[in-house]
Amino acid sequence: MFAIVDYDTGNTRNLMKAFNYLGIDNELTDDKEKILQAEAVILPGVGAFKAAMAELEKRNLVNTLKKVATNKTPILGICLGMQLLFDSSQEYGLTNGLGLITGSVEQIPDTGLKIPQMGWNQNRIIQNSPFDDINGQFTYFVHSYYANCDRRNIISAVDYGISIPSIVQNKNVIGMQFHPEKSGSVGLELLKTFQKMVKTNDFSSN
Amino acid sequence: MLAKRIIPCLDVDDGRVKKGVNFVNLTDVGDPTEISAEYQRQGADELVFLDITATNEHRKTMADIVESVSSQVFMPLTIGGGVHDVADIQRLLKAGADKVAINSAAVSDPELITKGAEKFGNQCIVVAIDVQKTAGKYLVHTHGGKKATDIDAIEWAKEVVKRGAGELLITSMDKDGTKNGFDIELYQAINKVVNVPIIASGGAGKVEDFTEVFEKADVDGALAASVFHFGELSINDVKQAVRKAGVVVR
Repeated sequence: MFAIVDYDTGNTRNLMKAFNYLGIDNELTDDKEKILQAEAVILPGVGAFKAAMAELEKRNLVNTLKKVATNKTPILGICLGMQLLFDSSQEYGLTNGLGLITGSVEQIPDTGLKIPQMGWNQNRIIQNSPFDDINGQFTYFVHSYYANCDRRNIISAVDYGISIPSIVQNKNVIGMQFHPEKSGSVGLELLKTFQKMVKTNDFSSN
Repeated sequence: MLAKRIIPCLDVDDGRVKKGVNFVNLTDVGDPTEISAEYQRQGADELVFLDITATNEHRKTMADIVESVSSQVFMPLTIGGGVHDVADIQRLLKAGADKVAINSAAVSDPELITKGAEKFGNQCIVVAIDVQKTAGKYLVHTHGGKKATDIDAIEWAKEVVKRGAGELLITSMDKDGTKNGFDIELYQAINKVVNVPIIASGGAGKVEDFTEVFEKADVDGALAASVFHFGELSINDVKQAVRKAGVVVR
């Protein structure tokens, strides 16, 4: 079972719908035991970093998620859920994140483009991984902040004035800045790829 | 770089897609979910649904439709028509909408834009503006275009963005239904004063119209209804032509 972490964030149900469509067993839960025992943990998120961390703390899930990562259970963070995987964010004042991937979350610099980045952007691969098929494909983004992190943790990126990581990975901890559940067949394929990685425990690529 | 979006718009009346959609491979031409799935296959970048019925009863139907479409179709969905308060916005977002479009209610109660943006984030609040040029001035119309106001559309666009609109869906009533191209001047004027995505609507008739509105007015998306529904143009025709002209599309 894939545990989708329930912490009262925006549209988690669309993510559930995508997993249901793919026939991937999933459950929306904030139950620590269920999260710790899950085959994989999905961390969704829409909204602001600070409020999201506060909500996770309120439900005593911060340590649970850190434990999930140490247990080598695969974690997939999506959109704000991806940003929470990093050390900290500058959104509404410096806030600590889960610290599962080294890096900080910063505002997309003003290069004359509209912010938030909202729409379909084209991915390019930074390093080879089971997600290689994303190369050249468009996925759907809605965000004003991005992960400023080490190149060795970047699987793919898009250009939006600067290069913005679209998939990040630190072993069993993976993040997607875009919404795979809103990225048509490409997005669904990426979720299937993640499922395959979970089944075969294929997290060796970095 | 972001791709320019090609967006089919579906008018929904009592749970059915109103304008007869003309895809040969659909078993039920009025079913919103089937039509949406077909548009997903064709490569649409987003779908807009407008609830054109007036009663509350039917509005619940709209949430059911969103629930059903979002279980089968995995792209951004914008829902508009009859959105009056924060509860309406919440119901549609909960059902699976990514964005909710406010039109008449934004004019009668501009606070709704701010409240919606604060509660759900700017990115999911779209303000739809119906515009007609009268005596050289772009004026806002409400109630499905039936009611004229004396509000200047360019000023209104600025105002709604200041209040928290994350996107504008601008329909040129002068161009709507004419199939002789988008109102380039209107979009140029609005794009000069706001810094949120603009969706152009009204006037699409041929592939060149899409190229023109992207190249000349630099809008973020172009919306059309009948040309897609009746199969006069396919999403793919439009994308190929636009791409050939050097515009980035998915």
